[in-house]
Amino acid sequence: MKILVPVKRVVDYNVKVRVKADGSGVDVANVKMSMNPFDEIAVEEAVRLKEAGIATEVVAVSAGIGACQETLRAALAIGADRAILIETDAELQPLAVAKLLKAVVGKEQPQLVICGKQAIDDDANQTGQMLAALMGWPQATFASKVAIADGRATVTREIDGGLETLSISLPAVVSTDLRLNEPRYATLPNIMKAKKKPLDVTNPADLGVDVAPRLSTVKVEEPPKRGAGVRVADIAQLVDKLKNEAKVL
Amino acid sequence: MTILVIAEHDNQSIKAATLNTVGAAAKIGGDVHLLVAGAGCGAAAEAGAKIAGVSKVLVADAPHYDAQLAENVAELIKGLAGSYSHILAPATSAGKNTLPRVAALLDVAQISDIVGAESADTFVRPIYAGNALATVRSSDSVKVITVRTTAFEPVAEAGGNAAVESIAAAADLGISSLVGRELTKSARPELGAAKIIVSGGRGLGNGENYHAIMEPLADKLGAALGASRAAVDAGYVPNDYQVGQTGKIVAPQLYVAVGISGAIQHLAGMKDSKVIVAINKDPEAPIFQVADYGLVADLFEAVPQLTAAVG
Ligand SMILES: Cc1cc2nc3c(=O)[nH]c(=O)nc-3n(C[C@H](O)[C@H](O)[C@H](O)COP(=O)(O)OP(=O)(O)OC[C@H]3O[C@@H](n4cnc5c(N)ncnc54)[C@H](O)[C@@H]3O)c2cc1C
Ligand SMILES: Nc1ncnc2c1ncn2[C@@H]1O[C@H](COP(=O)(O)O)[C@@H](O)[C@H]1O
Repeated sequence: MKILVPVKRVVDYNVKVRVKADGSGVDVANVKMSMNPFDEIAVEEAVRLKEAGIATEVVAVSAGIGACQETLRAALAIGADRAILIETDAELQPLAVAKLLKAVVGKEQPQLVICGKQAIDDDANQTGQMLAALMGWPQATFASKVAIADGRATVTREIDGGLETLSISLPAVVSTDLRLNEPRYATLPNIMKAKKKPLDVTNPADLGVDVAPRLSTVKVEEPPKRGAGVRVADIAQLVDKLKNEAKVL
Repeated sequence: MTILVIAEHDNQSIKAATLNTVGAAAKIGGDVHLLVAGAGCGAAAEAGAKIAGVSKVLVADAPHYDAQLAENVAELIKGLAGSYSHILAPATSAGKNTLPRVAALLDVAQISDIVGAESADTFVRPIYAGNALATVRSSDSVKVITVRTTAFEPVAEAGGNAAVESIAAAADLGISSLVGRELTKSARPELGAAKIIVSGGRGLGNGENYHAIMEPLADKLGAALGASRAAVDAGYVPNDYQVGQTGKIVAPQLYVAVGISGAIQHLAGMKDSKVIVAINKDPEAPIFQVADYGLVADLFEAVPQLTAAVG
């Protein structure tokens, strides 16, 4: 069984981004970039399925600028076997990414796509569900446990009220939640090995996909700031403030 | 303009998040219809008909909507979409699961987690864990939208008198099935709907401490319990307690953060609370930057004192 893992290059989760003065977007120049944390979890899960003898090959795929090669190398260092870059300078929205992934799925014929539940830059939480819809495949989003047997996946999902377990036929799309696994650190030998693994480059035109955005950004602003708070000396003062100043008790 | 709101329900009653979503629909403007897709969901449909501002309830009652799985529900909504200018669902785990599927089937974008509606085609949504707000305009024929419930006032649960219309079910795709659900049982208010939330982090040290320290305070205040990711990952409490960028987004009247450092991912989920209290022994903890009232103290002393002092 082949597993396809879409990985996105995003601003590192430790960076607090700044909005550009002209309101056109956030400033990502000279900011640390990393693999979307949920996608690291997806790569780790796929590699574990390979190590367990369930998957035969793990293919990482990223859509975006040339620098996404670094993200793909990071996936190869965790243990993916090969990588595909869909290179473009165009702005990509989730529907366009889902269409690009559909084209790659058509060529690669994986039985399972494991993606992140959400990219931490656009916070869209859409791409996996959209890909599943375009393929007519079932989906199991926000996964905290995945088991594969007899051509089906049994997936435990994190939902608002607790947990839910689904049984879905394969091929399917699974999206990862935080507690699915803890990704390993890539070791130096594996980082060296990753440099030699195959990385193919294609582009939206070759895949026959129109990636034109459907949403245009009118402006990007800082969220309203909270007024400066105060320090209280003790619980008595805190309770007094909550009762008499904030009036929430 | 007619807007279709996808109801969140358990076949018996309508979840509160739906009321905020109808509130968002009212803000956009136009006629509002409600879709109740379920199995044996007559009671939920009746409840939906009473929601203020809803003019029609569409009921699709069929066994294959019992678990409200995304594949079948999306197929149903796809068939209805032609009559609507907007399709809205709350940005809950159910809405986030189903609606992107609808958008892709219709070949339109989804606008996720809106916190504002400027006009019928222009919406405000947070990006980068809420560190920026983007105003986006959609050029699609149908606007498929999930709504951040904390950003819109709920409409009244009663007082409406909508027509209830049964609609035909779409085909059962038969590609997914529910094995089971393990729902957290609690007599406390739901995180999304609570007026007061007391939330605990890694500072509590372990699950026993979480229960021993946080629960008496929550009981006294009639509060919901929340947690940071670190507390959930370490197993102090179940996953559905997590507040943050990738957990629940809350905005209660009062949020009490106990032993939580205030990582941006946590702040993303609670910084729109009306009043924030932080109790942390580290005076440099970033949580104090958003707290209205900060107490630098050992939580193991301060929280029991607080519990004793209130109520
Ligand atoms: C992709 C991604 C998504 C994430 N999503 C979320 C999310 O949705 N929600 C979320 O919460 N996090 C999320 N995180 C994790 C986040 O980055 C932080 O790691 C997490 O919020 C830290 O939890 P914490 O504050 O409980 O723990 P810590 O950061 O370890 O803080 C513990 C605090 O307790 C204080 N403390 C310790 N002992 C005491 C004592 N005796 N008395 C008083 N204070 C004490 C310490 O001073 C410290 O400030 C996410 C991370 C990633 C990468
Ligand atoms: N440009 C991209 N390249 C590869 N994968 C992507 C890209 N954008 C999104 N994804 C995948 O889709 C998931 C959800 O992203 P989003 O829908 O943007 O929140 C991510 O975690 C990735 O697995």
